Amino acid sequence: MSLDSATIRRIASLARIRLEEADVGRMQNELNGILGWIEQLQAVNTDGVEPMAGGAPRGEPAMRQRPDAVTDGGQPDQVLANAPDRAHDYFAVPKVVE
Amino acid sequence: MSYTLEGSTGTWEIVVGLEVHAQVTSQSKLFSGAATAFGAEPNSQVSFVDAGFPGMLPVINRECVAQAVRTGLGLNAQVNLWSRFDRKNYFYADLPQGYQISQFAHPIIGTGEIEVTLGDGTTKTIGITRLHLEQDAGKSLHDQHATKSYIDLNRSGVALMEIVSEPDMRSPEEAGAYLTKLRQIVQYLGTCDGNMDEGSMRADVNVSVRKAGEGFRTRCEVKNVNSIRFVMQAVEAEAKRQIEVWEAGDEVRQETRLFDTARGITRSMRSKEDAHDYRYFPDPDLPPLVIEQAWVDELRAALPELPDARRGRYTALGLTPYDAHVLTLEKETAAYFEVVAKGRDAKLAANWVTGDLFAAINATKTSIAEPPVPAEHLGQLLDLLADKTLSGTLAKAVFAAMIETGKAPGMIVEERGMRQVTDTGAIDAVVAEVLGRNADKVAQYKGGAEKLFGFFVGQVMKAMQGKGNPALVNDAVKKALG
Amino acid sequence: MHPTDFTLRGALDALNEGIISSVELTQAHLDAIGKLNPRLNAYITVTGEQALAQAKASDNRRADGGAGPLEGVPLAIKDLFCTAGTRTTAGSKILGNFVPPYESTVSGNLLRDGAVFLGKANLDEFAMGSSNGTSAFGPVENPWSRRNDPDTRLVPGGSSGGSAAAVAARLALGATATDTGGSIRQPAAFCGIAGIKPTYGRCSRFGVVAFASSLDQAGPVARTVEDCAILLKSMSGFDPKDSTSADVPVPDFAAACARGVKGLRIGIPKEYRLDGMPAEIGALWQQGMDWLRAQGAELVDISLPHTKHALPTYYVVAPAEASSNLARYDGVRYGLRQTAADSDLRDLYERTRAAGFGDEVKRRIMIGTYVLSAGYYDAYYLKAQKVRALIRRDFDEAWQKCDAILTPATPSAAFGMDEKQDDPVAMYLNDVFTVTANLAGLPGLAVPAGLSAEGLPLGLQVLGRAFDEETVFAVGTALEHAANFTALPGLRASA
Repeated sequence: MSLDSATIRRIASLARIRLEEADVGRMQNELNGILGWIEQLQAVNTDGVEPMAGGAPRGEPAMRQRPDAVTDGGQPDQVLANAPDRAHDYFAVPKVVE
Repeated sequence: MSYTLEGSTGTWEIVVGLEVHAQVTSQSKLFSGAATAFGAEPNSQVSFVDAGFPGMLPVINRECVAQAVRTGLGLNAQVNLWSRFDRKNYFYADLPQGYQISQFAHPIIGTGEIEVTLGDGTTKTIGITRLHLEQDAGKSLHDQHATKSYIDLNRSGVALMEIVSEPDMRSPEEAGAYLTKLRQIVQYLGTCDGNMDEGSMRADVNVSVRKAGEGFRTRCEVKNVNSIRFVMQAVEAEAKRQIEVWEAGDEVRQETRLFDTARGITRSMRSKEDAHDYRYFPDPDLPPLVIEQAWVDELRAALPELPDARRGRYTALGLTPYDAHVLTLEKETAAYFEVVAKGRDAKLAANWVTGDLFAAINATKTSIAEPPVPAEHLGQLLDLLADKTLSGTLAKAVFAAMIETGKAPGMIVEERGMRQVTDTGAIDAVVAEVLGRNADKVAQYKGGAEKLFGFFVGQVMKAMQGKGNPALVNDAVKKALG
Repeated sequence: MHPTDFTLRGALDALNEGIISSVELTQAHLDAIGKLNPRLNAYITVTGEQALAQAKASDNRRADGGAGPLEGVPLAIKDLFCTAGTRTTAGSKILGNFVPPYESTVSGNLLRDGAVFLGKANLDEFAMGSSNGTSAFGPVENPWSRRNDPDTRLVPGGSSGGSAAAVAARLALGATATDTGGSIRQPAAFCGIAGIKPTYGRCSRFGVVAFASSLDQAGPVARTVEDCAILLKSMSGFDPKDSTSADVPVPDFAAACARGVKGLRIGIPKEYRLDGMPAEIGALWQQGMDWLRAQGAELVDISLPHTKHALPTYYVVAPAEASSNLARYDGVRYGLRQTAADSDLRDLYERTRAAGFGDEVKRRIMIGTYVLSAGYYDAYYLKAQKVRALIRRDFDEAWQKCDAILTPATPSAAFGMDEKQDDPVAMYLNDVFTVTANLAGLPGLAVPAGLSAEGLPLGLQVLGRAFDEETVFAVGTALEHAANFTALPGLRASA
């Protein structure tokens, strides 16, 4: 399966990475090289195999559940301390039109 | 008679399905320990998990899971003992992680159904497709600055239940009735406060139209409608728009729209244009959610009585179906009624609650949650009626004094001497006095003017300042007139 | 003896015996960093003042009789671990001057046990790389060089290249590292030191900048197997803040080092004998087998039939998870923000991420986005998850026949800084022996075992059962003793 340049642009857009027109070709070659190599997986017989989600080596344990208690928050200054643009106690971004 | 819309090409039927987002009632968020209270200062209820900081990881809140299970049970739905969280990937300013943790492939609750009552008294069953747990996003404020939007993450990570219905509704009324019933159920269960003004419940409304006998046509999703009335309006507005599109020879395009409440129309939602490829995959930060059947059974055993069951119980107590419906609509109303009716005449209690109390709430602009008369006091008033301390007329007067003073009825009766008179000797004396000064009317009565009987009773009651026991007064007048 | 030449165990003994103070030990390392880091670039951030303050506090605790298990030991922290109040970059421009207000659980555990932090070690950007060449803070140089070609600068491996180079060059007694496909073991092997990736779930991922959540695992690098065991004990442990953290007891790993291998069955997987593998790698592997047999282990031929599919599987799973994990770097709440005069939100995202991420990270985000996108999920992601299940099943079956597995750590010795940089797939092949342990969630240890013909270190790898790091340490120690690896890198503090 080989990606065309339109697909490269669509993926970049989906991933929100600005891709200069001059770089599309290079990215296309690199991605096709990697995907071509990955393609060998299609040859593996996986009939009836349950996919392994998560990294637990012995099969996934049940998720632990924490009690319902307020143990966090109340720290707006820390939450906002690294903000590139802050207005009052809000993060600020260019105006969004819904 | 089913609901239809007339277009230039004929009659159209509408098809509606609802995706309701109900905020789970819990102290802390679904995957973090930050608080969920409404109306806090911006970004004051935000953990680094909720703000999507590097290296932060989700840990699930057991109470949120329990609330989802309770709701599932309330919707007569399948509880899945094994479910899993997926990531729904998209970029938005108030979605800090760049994905929403949701349950896509394996929701915690499967199919169920609820029965709704329509205005004409008929009922209809609406199918529930699924219920799943997911994170809420933060909030964007677009009107605070000329060129900027502000982001408050207090709501980011709050647990939501997304409750998806089958496309079973065929009219704005049915959509409204469904949402009303759903709200009633979650409020009874205590799993969501149902407060639509504060955004605790929002509906995405899926609408399509079709000609009779057709399969489904393309649907549009009207996002984030925040009142039952607006849902009904949005259904109608969107259906009419689609009919116009089809009848103009165009195709309805599947898209996300917003309901403009001021103008009563829906419009396309620009910001969601290309958000369709969500790239769902199992969240590798979270093992599967596995719950025990025994725990589900425990939760089931501890469920409060649900509206349908309660309504059934009320009609069995002799209430009219209408009263039973009205009293169970809001959980607080039913709770009030339960206190008033406990150990007393249920029908009488129902009459007082739906009659005098509701009127008093309207007149005083209060609510059942903060009623003008405590339920205990109203109950005591019924006791005074039952033991004949008060007549019906006196009871109304005492009730008015209760609203005015906030005092218990017994105290008012004592202070104001409003006890009714049941001493037949005293009544007979007043009757004799009244008949004595109305000898002419007595003669007319005896001459056949029987309607004057009421006049004599009225005069006796008046002379007794309304405190005479009406039945005894009746008897005494009848006896004296021989 | 130069204070930086202590092993971690040796330093702890010297501190206990009052031969040296933590302040002296720390100062010696800071001096070494001052001398060598300008060339090696092993540290992105050096926290000298803080380190000396920590050392002083440590000396006071020791004087008061309250010494922790790592009391006064100066360490490097891979700059993927969030450290409260100290800039954490993940080797990326996109984190800008991000200063976490919180401490990762692993680094917090080390502080709890008395460790001193010298600074933040360089790494491939977001831990994506096998050469440390993708760091936005410049490449790290391997302190080793080729015997007959001393001027060619070599890579330290990656992604934990700064950690491994710092430890090899005596700029730290040990370091934290992380391993998603081989990022602890490959640089350890390239730099002639030991490093262990423990079982998935052994070390908390809380506060570690995520690359691929189902594969990432923290672990130590140090100059001896025992030093790794001591560090791992402190780093490990159940953490309620990580839903994938394993609630299992943490054994005394250091005690297990001395167990010996008598009676252990050591699996030799035939699939790890690759076509075109350098003869010296094969010879080293054979040497390792002989060493273990000589110490009483039994060698068993085993088969791990899906090994050859492990790397392609990894290069679906890891980028997919990464594409999602890295979505949070959007210029809104922290880190770099890049805009043009008329940028809307979408443009802000696209410019920020284009300027903030390097080429390798972009490639992986693109691959990951693609394999998860509508219409391709089943063919790539789901397929890879199934093959991953088969790889784990291969190991489950192998454990019926053996107690540990011996393989080479890497298919070659360290390469030049200019090599392999233009061919992503060639670079990916570095992890061919290590990546299976990540996919299966198993522990893997790299041990320095010999020198290549060029005089560069080569490592062997020991794989073990889930949560059986003890056997892995025992086998690793046996190899270490037999190998008696005493060669030293040309660039080191004491040289």
